[in-house]
Amino acid sequence: MSTILECRALQKRYGTKDALRGVELALESGRIVGLLGPNGSGKTTLIKLACGLLTPTGGEILVDGRQPSRETKAVVSYLPERIALPLWMTAKQAMDYYQDFYADFRRYAAEEMLEKLGLDEKQTIRAMSKGTREKLQLILVMSRGAKLYLLDEPIGGVDPATRDYILKTILTNYSEDATVLISTHLIADVEQVLDEAVFLREGRVVLHERVDDVREQRGKSVDELFRETFAY
Amino acid sequence: MEWTFRADAPLYTQLCEQLTFAVVSGVFAAGERLPAVRELAVDAGVNPNTVQRALGELERGGLVYTLRTAGRFVTADKARLEAARRALAEARAGEFLRVMEKLGYDRAQAAALLEEREGDEAT
Repeated sequence: MSTILECRALQKRYGTKDALRGVELALESGRIVGLLGPNGSGKTTLIKLACGLLTPTGGEILVDGRQPSRETKAVVSYLPERIALPLWMTAKQAMDYYQDFYADFRRYAAEEMLEKLGLDEKQTIRAMSKGTREKLQLILVMSRGAKLYLLDEPIGGVDPATRDYILKTILTNYSEDATVLISTHLIADVEQVLDEAVFLREGRVVLHERVDDVREQRGKSVDELFRETFAY
Repeated sequence: MEWTFRADAPLYTQLCEQLTFAVVSGVFAAGERLPAVRELAVDAGVNPNTVQRALGELERGGLVYTLRTAGRFVTADKARLEAARRALAEARAGEFLRVMEKLGYDRAQAAALLEEREGDEAT
């Protein structure tokens, strides 16, 4: 097993505010990992650093052994917290766009999923409901044959049926030797699909364990442990 | 099939129980090929590594076996299946008796209760 994401003493400061205060983390390939923490704990900052959308204030972040760059972007598939596609695009244009940018885009997989959803390729994103937009964006992201999927709040604010659809889409489509990092504070909803849980608190990793080890050794779910860890 | 998971136990042990139940109750018949790991994972809504681990346990117990290229199969060994069925039934009976004890029923009273229900529809 190789390390796909590594952070060493990783720091990020916005003005006077420390978002990450020395994150130490190593994720192996072939895992689904939950990046769990309350709002403001640094989840999105960590993901954006891994994508190369932000640069560290201190320390180091390595994706597949390299600092974020064009090469790492080719193996990272990123689902932003908010839809990042232009609203005037149709589903078909969005697929064209992904195909142009990413050599690992499996267009047939995206088309098949859109067809199963009954989504018209000619519909613009503007005309889609919030749930449909989320599904389209996830389909595009999961249709890439990436080594690392970074999903920022993929199930935030969607109904239970959409949540199940999203989780099944992730499970069905990620490549077996890839790692999927899912950030969320809705732990009970994702716990079953996770191999490992990472707790972020005020910009630091305070726990990194296998979900079944937490359950076996503490006799409680990750969700319960999270509620205790972050209780006021 | 329906999968349910409790919060207080590891997922792979619960998956083991439910897969064993599926095998001895004929959801997956003797000698039949099991669905692929990914397929089972999506169906149960759990991680493929958890499914892999649970199937590994079943394999160690001789309930399923792997043919290197063809996939995983349920054993055709009737005695093995019967033993697993019996073990599950005993575990459930034990759970029943523990609950009855908490309710203040001794063994004889619990047995009498079951007798009285004879002829009832199983619920």
